[in-house]
Amino acid sequence: MTNPSISGRLIGGATSPPTRHEESATRAQPLVRVDQLHAGYDRPVVGPLSFEVAQGDVVGVRGPNGVGKSTLLRAIVGAARIFAGQVVLQPGVRIAYQQQSTLPLNHVPLSGRELLALTGADPNGLPPWISPLIGRRLDRLSGGQLQFLQIWACLKAPVSLILLDEPTNNVDPPGVRFLEEEIARLRADHALMVVSHDNAFLDAICTRSLQLG
Amino acid sequence: MAFSELFGPMFRLPLVTGMILAAVLPLLGMYLRLREEWLAALAFAQVAAAGSLGGAILGISSQVGALTCSCTAAALKGYIAKAGNNGYALLMIVGWAAAILMLSNVPIAEHLGHALFDGQLYFTGYDHLLLAVAVLAIVAVALPWLSRKLILEQMFPDFFRASGLSARKFHLSFDLLAASGLALATASIGVMGAFGLVFVPSMIAYRIGQSWKQALVVASGSGVCLYCVAFACAFLLDQPFGPVLVITLSAAATLGYVALRLYAREPRA
Repeated sequence: MTNPSISGRLIGGATSPPTRHEESATRAQPLVRVDQLHAGYDRPVVGPLSFEVAQGDVVGVRGPNGVGKSTLLRAIVGAARIFAGQVVLQPGVRIAYQQQSTLPLNHVPLSGRELLALTGADPNGLPPWISPLIGRRLDRLSGGQLQFLQIWACLKAPVSLILLDEPTNNVDPPGVRFLEEEIARLRADHALMVVSHDNAFLDAICTRSLQLG
Repeated sequence: MAFSELFGPMFRLPLVTGMILAAVLPLLGMYLRLREEWLAALAFAQVAAAGSLGGAILGISSQVGALTCSCTAAALKGYIAKAGNNGYALLMIVGWAAAILMLSNVPIAEHLGHALFDGQLYFTGYDHLLLAVAVLAIVAVALPWLSRKLILEQMFPDFFRASGLSARKFHLSFDLLAASGLALATASIGVMGAFGLVFVPSMIAYRIGQSWKQALVVASGSGVCLYCVAFACAFLLDQPFGPVLVITLSAAATLGYVALRLYAREPRA
């Protein structure tokens, strides 16, 4: 759904947002800076948007269906077309992107361990209910187990910016709690942007929110 | 023919050449199947057959003709950069038509043409063996380098893009690798034999492999085993090698499928 008039509003966390002077003094160099961005595919879907994401940020992207939440993430990784404005990445920044769609398995005989190795993710630290299963073929896992491994492959990849698109889909409550704890651990040396309709999850993990629509 | 003659000097060379190709082609088949572009194997084989005949007509080596044509086709496909099987289907029918026209109109191409389409492995020489060893060496070096990128691009396309990697570069590298392997295999074991060794062992490995690494071993191992069975059968029954290889591969795939279905129906403890 196209809505070129959509503009993003960055909402601070529990504390008041810092002034411009305080921000420059305390915030780390942004890993990604989005400036007056209009992005989409055949036509613009989202924009204008302007914001920055720095190390230590967990930015929740909220909004109803069709406002361009996933398109925003895809524009950052170069998979959506930029019609106006720009996305500036810090030189050398490495990005992990968990796409919303399920993995295109097509009976590929890939094990969970091999999936994690693709992104360089460390299997150590996986929860006990999935750790013994990583030797299995992916098409022998349940949808929730597969989704969890897909998220883990991104969370534990050797990158500084992590983009997650609807990570809690198909994941049961213990899995969601585990993700919340893992994201809290990662926050110190990473930046995350998380698209989700799960407001409780976003409330638990985010330092800031970007409201679309 | 006596079984002992199978290992005699006359047949040792084609046996070893074919065994090398039977180990390599299924590995290429695994990645073509991963990309859902298995039709590429038949396309490269048909274009290689046409190139082989063209090379013979022009008085250059048939292997050089096969390699040149199939690698040009792969580069062209890479330049157009359209994924999927449409491009390969076009290459396949154009390659087939060109080969048949040469075979029908140029006497010098007729003998070679029959060898290519019948798959008469017994005519292979030392040049075939050396090229097969070269392909084995190139695949042994290039596939480990390409493997992670090809699988990552297939499973996490946007993650791959976010990593700043060029899918086009890796696709073209793999297409050239597959085209080279198919060209040399076509010149040695014929069009359908080469295609069968790409298609069937990878299909078996996809069904029974518990991991990608294990599936690669299954594909390569089953390719070599089935090739040896077909070689012995063709030799002892005095039949053209290509069709016997294809029947052996198809029979193994069918038997494997039935066995797996029966196993899956057994009640588990």
